[in-house]
Amino acid sequence: MVDILRFRDDEAVDHAAVTVDSFVEQTNANAVRIEPSDDARDLIPHLAQIHLVEVNFPVFGDGRGYSAARILREAGYTGEIRAVGDVLVDQIGNMKRCGFDAFEPDAPLDPADVKAALNRWPEVYQESADSRTPIWNLRHE
Amino acid sequence: MYAYDKYDQAMVDARVEEFRDQAQRRLDGKLSEDQFKPLRLMNGLYLQLHAYMLRVAVPYGTLNSRQMHALADIADKYDRGYGHFTTRQNIQYNWIKLEDAGDILADLAAVEMHAIQTSGNCIRNISSDHFAGAAQDELVDPRPYAELLRQWSSFHPEFMYLPRKFKIAVIASDTDRAAMRLHDIGIQIVKNDAGELGASFYVGGGMGRTPMIAPNIREFVPLDQLITYSEACLRVYNRYGRRDNKYKARIKILVHELGAEEYTRQVEEEFAHLLGQGIEPPIAELGRIKTFFTDPEFADGAKTVDRSDPDFALWVDRNTHRHKHDSYVSAVISLKPVGGIPGDATAEQMHLMAQLARDYSFDELRVMHTQNIVLPHVRIEDLHALWTALDEAGLGTPNLDRIGDIIACPGLDYCSLANARSIPLAQKISQRFTANGKEDTLGELKLKISGCINACGHHHAGHIGILGVDKKGVENYQLLLGGSEAEDTSLAKITGPGFSEDGIVDAVETAADVYLSQREDGERFLDTYRRIGMAPFKEALYG
Repeated sequence: MVDILRFRDDEAVDHAAVTVDSFVEQTNANAVRIEPSDDARDLIPHLAQIHLVEVNFPVFGDGRGYSAARILREAGYTGEIRAVGDVLVDQIGNMKRCGFDAFEPDAPLDPADVKAALNRWPEVYQESADSRTPIWNLRHE
Repeated sequence: MYAYDKYDQAMVDARVEEFRDQAQRRLDGKLSEDQFKPLRLMNGLYLQLHAYMLRVAVPYGTLNSRQMHALADIADKYDRGYGHFTTRQNIQYNWIKLEDAGDILADLAAVEMHAIQTSGNCIRNISSDHFAGAAQDELVDPRPYAELLRQWSSFHPEFMYLPRKFKIAVIASDTDRAAMRLHDIGIQIVKNDAGELGASFYVGGGMGRTPMIAPNIREFVPLDQLITYSEACLRVYNRYGRRDNKYKARIKILVHELGAEEYTRQVEEEFAHLLGQGIEPPIAELGRIKTFFTDPEFADGAKTVDRSDPDFALWVDRNTHRHKHDSYVSAVISLKPVGGIPGDATAEQMHLMAQLARDYSFDELRVMHTQNIVLPHVRIEDLHALWTALDEAGLGTPNLDRIGDIIACPGLDYCSLANARSIPLAQKISQRFTANGKEDTLGELKLKISGCINACGHHHAGHIGILGVDKKGVENYQLLLGGSEAEDTSLAKITGPGFSEDGIVDAVETAADVYLSQREDGERFLDTYRRIGMAPFKEALYG
């Protein structure tokens, strides 16, 4: 069982993330936590100084965090995006496609299930924030 | 029709394995029911009153005979020998065992079918015009665009946990046979002044407890931006659709609360951003898909039928639709026999329809949102042979768009959400209007029944609608008049206090009689209602 799953080689930020509101006021923070109702675009002017964005999933059925992650990647953010909270093995594949590269679930995930989930799909149909080539591009290479 | 390549096949095969794994983890106790529920729903598995129900996707309603045979085999092998065709051009099985579900999905995958995203808060099966590729009045075949949207929306990583379910319809004709403006997104393929094809977007329609007609938010999206624009519509919804109340979570509420103009502004802003992200498929993909939807080899032949058999002539008049080739028609197989269950077909009937599609319709069938089946390309000279075979199997009811051609939800006989039964009511109404001979004189009259306010039976869009409610523990039925799902979309209005089960059948007849006594030349029920208004109907019903 693992507590934090990271798909990055750099050193993890070792202090707590602050809320978006306090981040915008506090110029030296480099880790910030997004709640579902926060607008990820508020962070875009500050991306150069951010090393970690935690995206909170209070309940796994609230899908706003998927858009938040993609918006940050689309804006060129290369730091860590970590899904925290009610993060379950059946959702992490899609989260990874949306740009998440770390997971800190409330309940630990079975590594074998994680491996199966992340290797499930032979291809993907559409473009997202990962580097996978969509089927419709493979067909016309 | 569209055929899977190795990629499509690999994706549905992977889905079967994923579901088997999830079901096993549920059995092992690794997944709670709350965690498993959205996963099984995204594979079409509902827990109903008596058993699991499995909803199988029929993308844009198009099937071949091999697929229809497979659906019949599933009905025999895993259900009670029948299936139920739905208002989203899908098929449902009502008596499924959870432990069989993985095997059923594997049987479906073997014939290029699946149950992916037929439920859950995600983008559902894309629906379309049931006469697509055959209708004389269409600009182009809308199905290639629906297929492109199917691929885009399948397993879309950002849009699996939307605020609520999301339904898209695509048409390409000014005549709307798909209730396009009553969808979350309705798309009409149009031509601009320069002669280029594009997509006109209507967003925020729907039925349910708060029915709304979708406003047009953009008249022309170029085809090489179709997916990007759709993605923008969805992203704005995913971020800002309400999640505090499931009854206010559909996109229609967002569009209504923001106003169409503000929603459009936000979509355009997101669209401008996404245009720079390179998410659009290569336009060659649309070209590839279109090669699957070219015309079959039509041959000239007889253009009229021998009308000496009056039963046959009546069926031809009622149940065939004009084809773009004048030696062909589209033939509608009614799944609304008098006193029957709307949309139900037995395994034997499904096998027969499959065989007839092979013999007479270039191996193609369609599911209509009105719960009937279409053979899209039938030679006029084959019609008599086709009708003879249908009639012998109880599939020759000549009632397309008549009062007996009722849309009804499964209602309290199956559904755990329902307040009242729909099916027995549909049976009584079709029997009443056949017995009194009025079905013939009434002409086109679309009657739709829902057993609760979720409106799966489209009662808001019925010329006559019936809504079942629970009144102090007793089933009670409200009567609505004046709805339309066609290009003249309108929402039906409630006449007044509700009726008992027998009372509502009488009330429908009373409303029909008002029409018969007041109609002017050529008017349908709906036209008369629109001309004279609610008052004369109220007077007759309650006066």
